[in-house]
Amino acid sequence: MNGNAAGCDEEDKTMENAALDLGTLGANCFVGLSRTMILFIVSSGLSFILGVMRVPNIAHGSLYMIGAFAAYSIAELFGGSTVGFWIALALSPVFVGVLSLIAERVMFRRLYQREHLELILFTFALMLIFGDLVKLVWGTDYKSILAPDMLRGSVIVFGSSFPVYNIFLIVVGPLVGVGLWLFTATTKMGKITRAAAVDRDMVDAIGINVDWVFCGAFVIGCILAGLGGALVAPTVSITLGMDHTIIMEAFLIVTIGGLGNIAGAFLGSLIFGFSQAFGVYLMPQFAIVFPYIAVVIILLIKPKGLLKSAS
Amino acid sequence: MLFNTGMKFGSLAAIIAAMLLCPFILPKFYLYVLTLVLLTGLLATSLNMVIGYGGMYQFHHGVFYGVGAYTAALIMAKTDLPSWIAIIAGPFAAAFTGVVIGLFCIRLTKLYFGMLQISLGSLVWAIAFRWYGFTGGDDGLHGIPIPSFIDGPHGIYYFVLFAVMLSLFCMYFILSSIYGTTLRAIRDNPDRCASIGINVKAHQLIAIIYATFFAGVAGVLFVVLEQSVFPDLLFWVFSLEIFVMCLLGGWFTFAGPMIGAAMIIALRTCASIYTDYWTMILGIVLILIIFYLPEGLLGYALKRIRETRISADSNTEQAGVKG
Repeated sequence: MNGNAAGCDEEDKTMENAALDLGTLGANCFVGLSRTMILFIVSSGLSFILGVMRVPNIAHGSLYMIGAFAAYSIAELFGGSTVGFWIALALSPVFVGVLSLIAERVMFRRLYQREHLELILFTFALMLIFGDLVKLVWGTDYKSILAPDMLRGSVIVFGSSFPVYNIFLIVVGPLVGVGLWLFTATTKMGKITRAAAVDRDMVDAIGINVDWVFCGAFVIGCILAGLGGALVAPTVSITLGMDHTIIMEAFLIVTIGGLGNIAGAFLGSLIFGFSQAFGVYLMPQFAIVFPYIAVVIILLIKPKGLLKSAS
Repeated sequence: MLFNTGMKFGSLAAIIAAMLLCPFILPKFYLYVLTLVLLTGLLATSLNMVIGYGGMYQFHHGVFYGVGAYTAALIMAKTDLPSWIAIIAGPFAAAFTGVVIGLFCIRLTKLYFGMLQISLGSLVWAIAFRWYGFTGGDDGLHGIPIPSFIDGPHGIYYFVLFAVMLSLFCMYFILSSIYGTTLRAIRDNPDRCASIGINVKAHQLIAIIYATFFAGVAGVLFVVLEQSVFPDLLFWVFSLEIFVMCLLGGWFTFAGPMIGAAMIIALRTCASIYTDYWTMILGIVLILIIFYLPEGLLGYALKRIRETRISADSNTEQAGVKG
């Protein structure tokens, strides 16, 4: 009898689940969308550096991790207050920017004339060093920070509750994208950057210091990684190893979007985020496999990515 | 010729003789490290076939190593098939994966090739990482029964030594054949090779098949040595570490990657006694190589020998003129 009752209970639950499923899918998609924005911010930086310097910056994920840890430390300094969060959000990308500026000026710029592979391996070396530096400075414990009061809690939309912070992310992501697009499309600096990406020697010949253009592009890209890290900090537990995951995801996104194409990075992030949300809904165990399958399918059809690559 | 043939064969025979005697001299732990060096060196040499001799950005070579290891491990642990089948199946499974991934990557060049390979390889990694029922997920598989004819550390050592020597010999033979020369020509100028009627893509794909096959051999040897497999073998960070071994030893030399593997593993073994920050040391070593030794240890040594020869020659010539 008991067993039978339990069976009925289970059936009831499945019925309930079926009714809730659409709502769950919606919520999954929503969470996927906010995660997508983080992926977009990080991968747009990666794509920007790729477009200008033709170097996949493997240290990008480490800078994202440093951004998150730095946000934690700065927020701690202000005792977890609301002001602390905003200051952390503003300062930790700057910190990451300074770090990348030092790495670029002291070492990276000496390698521009070298073999392409050596540049890639140099960024790998940076990743190895940054990873251990984080371990040295912040230790191996999990860290977390709270979102400010105004971004805490959740709102009810279409019968499901959505965290306010995720809505904040969905607003910030496109803003960053538009900002980056305005920078490259309209400002003089942006135009020079695009020109340097196409023909470095020509830009050099007309009297523009390409060295600094490259430096600027690298630092802007890295700041975006730091911003991504600072933004993601309140939603995840900040830990070592977050660099390995994000860099792989960002790589895949820029590959399917088209190397160096910012709009492509946005499209790629959407595909990546949604296929993951879909995977969580269908087969939670294999959720991480879904985006990879999506990437492989896209690359089989368009091996150079969906949108045109820069130059 | 840098060295005459007699000297080459003499030193090779001496090295093999020394390797054969090692188990009687070395303590157990060092024998284990030496075995690991041999099979990792084989893996790095196989990568160098594609990257150094073929000029292709094979960014995710670890996948083929891992596929070889997983195939052998799964057959040994989960089936009743004789173990020699597992040992043979590993390299062929790796080469098959190499063909599949290679066919997609070969359509592209340079950076696109590398990025696509990282994507496809990561798919393999994600599956192995998550499929708990089959591959053991992130725990991997442990306590794999290895064939009974390989017994004890000495048996493992001799088996690995034999397989590595045989593979190295085959690779050397392949690379010094006409095919190897063509491959190097393609690396240096693919357009010109295509214009004189060489099928560039086919040659590159064959190089990938050879390299992935030998990576699979290294994978099987890893299972024999460790009796376990885990998804880290398929992770892209490990692939780049093999890359660093090639760079450290010397890209354009045959023995370079083996020397690089020995250096990295020796360094890691020593460093892990004193510190937890091994990856930082690896990063610093990598930066130092890139800045000061871009042609690698063996490459640098060969360059110096060549230079001294040339200057010695010109000195004798000058002396001759004066006389």
